[in-house]
Amino acid sequence: MTMNRQGRPSAPGTVEENELPTISGDRGLDHEEGLIFELGREGMTGVDVPDVQMSETRLGGLRRKGPIGLPGLSEPEVVRHYVRLSRQNYAIDSGLYPLGSCTMKHNPRLNEKMARLPGFGDVHPLQPQQTVQGAFALISELMRWLTTLTGMPAVAMSPKAGAHGELCGLLAIRAAIEARGEKRPRILVPESAHGTNPATAAFAGFTVDEVPATKGGHVDADALEAKLGPDVCAIMLTNPNTCGLFEPRIIEMAEAVHKAGAYFYCDGANFNAIAGRVRPGDLGIDAMHINLHKTFSTPHGGGGPGAGPVVLSERLAPYAPLPLLMHDGSEFRMIEHADAASGGAKPFGRMCAFHGQMGMFTRALAYMLSHGRDGVRQASEDAVLSANYILASLKDVMSAPFGEGPCMHEALFDDSFLEGTGVTTLDFAKAMIDEGYHPMTMYFPLVVHGAMLIEPTESESKESLDRFIHVLRTMALEAKDGKKERFEGAPRLAPRRRLDETAAARKPVLRWRPKDLPQAAE
Amino acid sequence: MRYHPLTADDRVRMLGRIGAAGIDALFRDVPASAVVPLSAFDLPDTKGELEVERVMARMAARNMSAGSVPFFCGAGAYRHHVPSAVDHLIQRSEFLTSYTPYQPEIAQGTLQYLFEFQTQVALLTGMEVANASLYDGSTATAEGVLMAQRVTRRPKAILSGGLHPHYAETVETVAGLSGKVVRAQTMPGQAEDLASMIDGETACVVVQSPDVFGQIRDLKPIAEAAHAKGALLIVVVTEAMSFGLLESPGAQGADIVAAEGQAIGNGLNFGGPYVGLFATREKFLRQMPGRLCGETKDADGKRGFVLTLSTREQHIRRDKATSNICTNSGLCCLAFTIHLSLLGEEGLTRLARLNHARASALADRLAKVKGVSLMTDSFFNEFTIRLSKPASSVVDALAEKGIIAGVPASRLMPHEKVRDLLIVCATETNTDEDLEALAKGLSEVLS
Amino acid sequence: MSEVRYTDQHEWVRVDGDTATVGITKFAAEQLGDVVFVEVPEAGRKVNAGGEAAVVESVKAASEVYAPVGGEVTEGNAALADDPAKVNADPEGDAWFFKMKLADSGEFAKLMTRAQYDEFVKGL
Repeated sequence: MTMNRQGRPSAPGTVEENELPTISGDRGLDHEEGLIFELGREGMTGVDVPDVQMSETRLGGLRRKGPIGLPGLSEPEVVRHYVRLSRQNYAIDSGLYPLGSCTMKHNPRLNEKMARLPGFGDVHPLQPQQTVQGAFALISELMRWLTTLTGMPAVAMSPKAGAHGELCGLLAIRAAIEARGEKRPRILVPESAHGTNPATAAFAGFTVDEVPATKGGHVDADALEAKLGPDVCAIMLTNPNTCGLFEPRIIEMAEAVHKAGAYFYCDGANFNAIAGRVRPGDLGIDAMHINLHKTFSTPHGGGGPGAGPVVLSERLAPYAPLPLLMHDGSEFRMIEHADAASGGAKPFGRMCAFHGQMGMFTRALAYMLSHGRDGVRQASEDAVLSANYILASLKDVMSAPFGEGPCMHEALFDDSFLEGTGVTTLDFAKAMIDEGYHPMTMYFPLVVHGAMLIEPTESESKESLDRFIHVLRTMALEAKDGKKERFEGAPRLAPRRRLDETAAARKPVLRWRPKDLPQAAE
Repeated sequence: MRYHPLTADDRVRMLGRIGAAGIDALFRDVPASAVVPLSAFDLPDTKGELEVERVMARMAARNMSAGSVPFFCGAGAYRHHVPSAVDHLIQRSEFLTSYTPYQPEIAQGTLQYLFEFQTQVALLTGMEVANASLYDGSTATAEGVLMAQRVTRRPKAILSGGLHPHYAETVETVAGLSGKVVRAQTMPGQAEDLASMIDGETACVVVQSPDVFGQIRDLKPIAEAAHAKGALLIVVVTEAMSFGLLESPGAQGADIVAAEGQAIGNGLNFGGPYVGLFATREKFLRQMPGRLCGETKDADGKRGFVLTLSTREQHIRRDKATSNICTNSGLCCLAFTIHLSLLGEEGLTRLARLNHARASALADRLAKVKGVSLMTDSFFNEFTIRLSKPASSVVDALAEKGIIAGVPASRLMPHEKVRDLLIVCATETNTDEDLEALAKGLSEVLS
Repeated sequence: MSEVRYTDQHEWVRVDGDTATVGITKFAAEQLGDVVFVEVPEAGRKVNAGGEAAVVESVKAASEVYAPVGGEVTEGNAALADDPAKVNADPEGDAWFFKMKLADSGEFAKLMTRAQYDEFVKGL
């Protein structure tokens, strides 16, 4: 046991053996925390607001009649509650977060500071345009970065997330096809695609036709060509693809698609592997969304908000949705109505209220300016280098279905190395939690059985990668040796053990209700 | 580059382990014709933090921030005071830099606040269930229309003329693809006869209250008319603070509530990111879009939370999903939840009353200005006035004087007949001096 | 006398006279895992052979149940909606999804026998 100078043990010892339950139910720094509704009391508030006299003559007789049912808490109670909740979360700030296809890279705090400048954070989307020229300048500068990095002439800024960007791209394509007087109901989507791709295509009113993958993990370009025809509107393809591989025949596929009169939509979720080295515009792409929260480090925030600007080719640019940012030589103008659009613009509609995720634009631009073009390129290279380092270091003990060639920014393994060990893919992932790591992406892409997709990003030091590799190697070897202890029922050291998702889905409890009110029947 | 931990020496050693001659070897699948040098990008090189701050602060300084002037814009985005604790807490690393809670054992923090959020939204709206948020109010409204089309298996949506025009355009863009969207035209103060537009094809009627002009609508008659013909009522709320004072949509017969939650916990941010609130009746649960968090137990029998009913969602259902939505509004819904927890019943009610009192005081004051007439008789914190001159030129002239007077209706709807209408909002952030400044400014510009 | 046949979508159908009873096979139930939700058709609905008739969901998967033969639904198994776990407990017995009036017995004859289905599953 290591001892510090004061003679106390400095290492925690083994937590698992410490079975004696505490009196409080808490365990050291781990506090059990009730719901906010179980903590409050009537009449208490954490915000001091004057109790004003108010006439009711202007409420149309529609004043609320009963109480809402919200709990009352003071500020210290609310602060403690949410601090305690926060401590039950894993985060990229606290450890390596190798979720493939999600890109958990470092989120610089400078970006947060910039987004909170009153000139960006405290301006209204509909205040007079001459009073927000700096905000327009920021959007314009971000547009310049996005179009330059992608080699595309135009970009629609309003989509609020990646999937929203996909919808925007497909609606632009649909408008372009309709402008040609054609009807093309079919969209080709590789079976390896993100779930949002077929969902978006169906959402936009198209039928989805799946394109198979080759044994090497690429889209089957021959099968794709065979499926093209006058009823095909577009293909939706991710590049680098969801197996973490660059599509080597992408230019050829784009040419075939264009020859068939269709458009090429690229899911830009994996742009972070190639930014600063490859321009999607050079590959023949017509539309691509960019997840600012992936490539350009805006925080994931436990699931959002995102931002999904869509770069567009010359052929699709006229159909970009409202609003449109213009510069008339002296100042910026935001065009907010279709009849005010000029220069051949035929916007297909509007994706949302206002101008898009300004708060994310500010953060993304801060990231870009910090990196510069050289830093963006270095980030892509380091992300690819780190993924390949992991692939090379683990493929002899884990199984890598496409382990021969180099990968891009993520390394794909499958669960065949666990076959016959009695350790399941899920056990393996959950045991990583006890080792202090967030598990990698599991069971995606669907084209690989028992997929385990690791994306280290450029944010890890070599020491951090080496430690991660050491842990995974040891785990894989123990599983193969039949040492199942650390896998069975893992995690043991997390704030919660495995949760019963079946019970949650069979009898959904989706909100707190006071004890004396029964849950409504399903 | 300060964000990149790998050293040149590390990179060489890592390439050695991989067995690659250089970084280019790892990009060998990229077609040669698509390989570009760094000089192909006409962009600046890396900058230190200080330098980036300088560049961006210069841009920010060119904007007239709401807090620096008397400020009266609403129309879908509202300026309220957000307690300091909110912004501090949402910047906790564990909230800010975590992903969607796909591993519930180490994401209870996110899951529990989503459960609290769902409960708060259900309580405010007077509905039975709410989801874990959508992008914003406008996209939530579009999702509501699509959901109504699924539930009723009918194609038509009728939109009230009082629906925020951006919302209406979003609905037309998305729900117009597979169904029909009919928009009524209404002027402030005018009654609209939506009931007569409902037919056997109608999936839903969409009514905003308070509407885009600030007018509070009595929803009960339209709820009855819709239900009588088998259609759903979707109620849209753009100012979530109004829930603290007004009868809830649920109590008035709403089947779906789509609302913008920005007003609680979130700043103006020039239009985004915001947080879409979405609530409905339990019987429509399976048709609801977006993420849901549910309560369950872990292997030790302790209460815990998980994402649930995810078979409705894109990552499982793919082309049969209820929506293509993938993200929610994470941090913005956390800000909403924390702000509302701080307010509590007492704080929210008082704050809502204060908002109404400020707006009433402003309406009374402006009604005395020559050339101004009040068009809205019942409102929460926002109302419409008719000016004796075109509203956009008046707003421009007042901006010159350092007053942001409100949103000209013509900014939202390019009709000649709304040319003189100005939508004005007052909240707890507006002082007596602000109100006086606007009244004085208007009387100068209108004289 | 009743006879049971199987589809390549893993439904079973048992015919007694002109009444067909439809469910999912044990293999399908095992593949799905713990079933959490079932939606069965209402009586009176007309379905074609191969058309979507019911929905079954587990935590991780959702699947349509197709009508193996055409005809009119006479009854949906309401008990499944209340207790979806039945599908895992007794997929080929108690947990039938719906009953229908068989329109064309020729369609039934084209389906797989038990032996053929078992062979089919082995090949997956």
